[in-house]
Amino acid sequence: MPNDPHALTVTLRVNGEETRFDVDPRTTLLDALRDRLHLTGTKKGCGLGQCGACTVHLDGRRIVSCLTLAVMADGASVTTIEGLGTPDALHPMQEAFVACDAFQCGYCTPGQIMSAVALLQEGHCGSDEEIREHMSGNLCRCGAYANIVDAIRTVAGATDRSGAAVPSREDA
Amino acid sequence: MNAPTPAIGQPVSRVDGPAKVTGTARYAGEFAPDGLAYAAVVTSTIPKGRIRRIDTTAAETIPGVLAVVSHLNAPSLPYHEMEKRPQVDPKSGDQLQVFQGPDILFNGQPVAAVVAQTQEIADAAASCIGIAYEEAEARTVFDPGRGREPSEETAKGGRPGASGRGDADGALAGAAVTVDAAYVQAREHHNAIEPHVTIASWEGDRLTLYDKTQWVQNVVDEIAHVFGMDKEKIRVISPFVGGAFGSALRTWPHVTIAAIAARMAGRPVRVELSRRQLYNAVGYRPHTEQRVRLGADRDGKLTAIVQEAAAQVATYEEYAETTLQPAETTYSCPNVRTAYRLVEMDVNSPCPMRGPGIVTGLYALEAAMDELAFELGMDPVELRLRNHADTNEKTGQPWSSKELRTCYETGAERFGWANRIPEPRSMRVGTELVGYGMATAIYHADRGAAEMQATVFANGTAVIRSAASDMGPGTYTSITQIAADALGLPVDAVRFELGDSDLPTAPVHGGSITLASVGTAASAACEALRDKLDRLPAKGGSIAETLRANSLDRLDAKGKAAPGEETKTHASSAFGAVFVEVRVDEGLGAVRVKRMVGAYDVGRVVNPKIARSQCIGGMMGGIGMALMEQAEWDERFGKVMNANLAEYLVPVCADTPDLDVVFVPGEDTIFNPLGAKGLAEIAICGVAPAITSAVFHATGRRIRHIPIMAERVIG
Amino acid sequence: MRAFTYERLDAATGASRRADHPGTTYIAGGTDLLQLMQEGIAHPRALLDVSRVGTTGVTAQLDGIRIGAATRLADVIEDPIVAERLPLVAEALAASASPQVRNMATIGGNLLQKTRCLYFRDVTTPCNKREPGSGCPAQAGQNRLNAVFGGSPHCIATHASDLAVALVALDAEVIVERAGGEKSIRLDDFYRLPGDTPYVETALEPGDLITAVFVPIQATNLPGRYLKVRDRASFEWALVSAAVALVVADGEVVAARVAAGGVGTKPWRLPAVEDRLVGRPMDVQTLQLAAEAAADGADPRPGNAFKVPLLVNAVARALAATADQEANR
Repeated sequence: MPNDPHALTVTLRVNGEETRFDVDPRTTLLDALRDRLHLTGTKKGCGLGQCGACTVHLDGRRIVSCLTLAVMADGASVTTIEGLGTPDALHPMQEAFVACDAFQCGYCTPGQIMSAVALLQEGHCGSDEEIREHMSGNLCRCGAYANIVDAIRTVAGATDRSGAAVPSREDA
Repeated sequence: MNAPTPAIGQPVSRVDGPAKVTGTARYAGEFAPDGLAYAAVVTSTIPKGRIRRIDTTAAETIPGVLAVVSHLNAPSLPYHEMEKRPQVDPKSGDQLQVFQGPDILFNGQPVAAVVAQTQEIADAAASCIGIAYEEAEARTVFDPGRGREPSEETAKGGRPGASGRGDADGALAGAAVTVDAAYVQAREHHNAIEPHVTIASWEGDRLTLYDKTQWVQNVVDEIAHVFGMDKEKIRVISPFVGGAFGSALRTWPHVTIAAIAARMAGRPVRVELSRRQLYNAVGYRPHTEQRVRLGADRDGKLTAIVQEAAAQVATYEEYAETTLQPAETTYSCPNVRTAYRLVEMDVNSPCPMRGPGIVTGLYALEAAMDELAFELGMDPVELRLRNHADTNEKTGQPWSSKELRTCYETGAERFGWANRIPEPRSMRVGTELVGYGMATAIYHADRGAAEMQATVFANGTAVIRSAASDMGPGTYTSITQIAADALGLPVDAVRFELGDSDLPTAPVHGGSITLASVGTAASAACEALRDKLDRLPAKGGSIAETLRANSLDRLDAKGKAAPGEETKTHASSAFGAVFVEVRVDEGLGAVRVKRMVGAYDVGRVVNPKIARSQCIGGMMGGIGMALMEQAEWDERFGKVMNANLAEYLVPVCADTPDLDVVFVPGEDTIFNPLGAKGLAEIAICGVAPAITSAVFHATGRRIRHIPIMAERVIG
Repeated sequence: MRAFTYERLDAATGASRRADHPGTTYIAGGTDLLQLMQEGIAHPRALLDVSRVGTTGVTAQLDGIRIGAATRLADVIEDPIVAERLPLVAEALAASASPQVRNMATIGGNLLQKTRCLYFRDVTTPCNKREPGSGCPAQAGQNRLNAVFGGSPHCIATHASDLAVALVALDAEVIVERAGGEKSIRLDDFYRLPGDTPYVETALEPGDLITAVFVPIQATNLPGRYLKVRDRASFEWALVSAAVALVVADGEVVAARVAAGGVGTKPWRLPAVEDRLVGRPMDVQTLQLAAEAAADGADPRPGNAFKVPLLVNAVARALAATADQEANR
């Protein structure tokens, strides 16, 4: 927003890297990530917090980035799907999603994975029922839920409750 | 050559998996051409009438607004009639024309668009546009009494007003046992998680569209006819599609809006529809009401099927479905009569949604079959077996393959159907009633003409290319497997490029035809390439060595495949049997699916892992259809009131039951050389009636209106 | 969204003076306000971000438990004091929204969330709450989600918060900063019935900032259950919910607190049910008779008449579950 008198400057630490930019106060964190920073791994499904496709970690907690303004996140640390792993060096959760075929179209997938990684840290992976309940903020219209639960159970079984075995790239 | 282990039949992980799980797979709305501007679409707020006045002054004065487009200033577009209508378009009526006049045909019709430097500015400006309407009386009530016969063109397209064989009414009158029941199925919306989005970019008179579509080449054809352009000047790119389920088969008005807006703004423009707009901007599964009458003898042999359906349709265009085809093909019965009616309403046009028509007709037919089984005191599986259709009695053709009996047996065995106590309300766990239900699944197998280019390189890799799509079924992967085997290469040495209209011809990515069509073309292309390799003067052990021995960097070949004589000699279909256990808490009006078993005959399974995913996805879609998905329609406004993802309910993770999928052995090499029948649609077929029948078994009450929500359980 | 100014406040002090201007709105979690702004329902001209100034955390005091208004729902659920002493609140919150939203939404904001009435949320239709005097299409429209209690010809929109239902059952108070001072309002009085002014939803005055929620000591440490009925298994507002807390001594119900959600234009306390419990033996018959009073005075529409039996059954289940819990203590 170079010419916008209302623009505010925000500083975000995105995937470990500090970035500073001017933004229209109306810009959601989601739109800032996608349209301004070109981090399109975070998806827009509804813009109203009703689908979970835009899930990212804000200061270590999973949130829906469509329901927060970029200016509200000023000074915060954001982890997106791009901060977890790369096609050549997948995060264990990403690997499990591929192995368990936990997606079809792939559009809800980054949000599912960001939720799943947070879920490990939250410690609500005690049973399939618990996983299902705590993954219900992420819609998958292709209906891959059963495989998503498989993937999370697989990773949860290989890690401790704190999720310490599955660091994100930023933490590493 | 040392052929590796065949990839076909192996549970290969998706080749595009790493891209999807890392967010690097690029969907249509994520391309970023230089100078990209953003559009917001303004839609009508009345269901019928005319625009009297549009006030765009306030919008235009907002800094950053680049253009405001409406019928007042949009270019006049020719909308030429196409030589042959694409199969995804209705055969009768005319598509909605964008910004060509003041007439309003439905609530939510696009009437203007704002282009701005940012999406925020465009959205804000769009909300400042004032529109005055002259309202006309709208038909917003679904009144089956107003139903009319489909037009001649529609009837010729396989959706006749009347069809059948024998004397169904006579046989019904004389039947020992009869069922007569009416069923209602709510309007459903696809609601893929990726919204529909198009980016249009002009360079001179050449247009590039990045579009969410299930058929890139048809977008070229459609836009060429809308704009009166040369097809060669249009390119459509869509490498990843974030789910569609039929909503991206057609080229909807927003694609034209993007092209108009980009032309007027002189910059590339993105049009991304809001979730609320999607309820009008693309189609939906139409509200359908049916009546089924069945006649049978005391042994359960069907003597008559009379199935009637009335579905909503737009005024400007006649979308009709093959709703009544299952009545004619699913069971053996000498006397069948169907009657199909369309109820015109001032609505946007419905369109195919996973299992279009068939899943709707099958819901009513299978629900009625369960009622018949109960009347007869017969096991529902036994009733199906007694009426097994050994041939397609509609066409008189033999089936190219049919393993439906095995589906019933295998499914029943895995489910534990034998434990079902036939008496309703007889099974219980705690405060919950337990119900078992089952249904037949059937979906015709088709394929289309497809071409593939295959290229091998001296480094031992290969690329195959075709203008196909992959909205999630795993096309990238399964066809890569086919090509890998045909070339004798490992899967990871082969790359499939798709989703670009400049690539060799591919048919629509819908109707479960992609694998059988494009996969067969892949085989043909790779075989042609092998022939070429074999004819090279110098020989080598591997493809790479052969190329190097002949001093070649690469070698190309094309292959094509199309349906042949088999469509005249045989009928082809996928089949299945679905078994469901529900738990019903009557006091709280709650129905939850506990587990589901689907046994499917889909011919050869190229990738069992991905095929299973398709099936569990269809099961979840069926759960939505049976238990929660409905557009809440307000007749006064002519609009869907729950147009979001909070009040239009799709299943969430917590709704997931235990899902068991089994593919019965079989290859259909009459249907195509690959032997695969396709399985996207079959996976949702039969799920809803299996659930509703299970609800009856649990409660003893027939609820003939889906979705079965709390009010219908308690009421 | 229309243009607005944004400012993050560093201290609560003076916030009310700053906010006492037409068009100025507080934002904290933003999970409802952003939806309202995206859908063109709310058009604030100035946003004051109070997410980092309000009190956070849960404090056990001698006279009760205080929850800072800026505390995120997820943090309240995980709080050991809440888990032990306010299980009803924890259960209601755990059934709210999605995990992501619970990480964002604050206690104060949750109490102020707007109705999910389909007509309120669609700006192209009339709504007396959104546009005073424009009408209430829900009366004769799609109203399966609407209220059977507390409605008027002008509005039958339900209050959407699960938390508020639990808190009303517990006689909670809302602590408000008003013009530099602090004011306490019983939550039951905090919410207004629509009457002919459905756009007046609470007792808040311009500039008021909710700083805390307070649950009095006598409403803590009670066995209780929050039962939420919905069409899908999770991530949905309540069709009907029932919040129940009981005090039982020597097999007799000494005190009862019962409220319902999804049925009222505000969180709906059910005194008729409570009256049929207190002083009676804690047995199946008492619970059933009490539950049957749950729908007394209900005024359903055709589209939501099912909520009448559903409410009775939900209250009965919640009572039974609480009794079980009490029996197993």
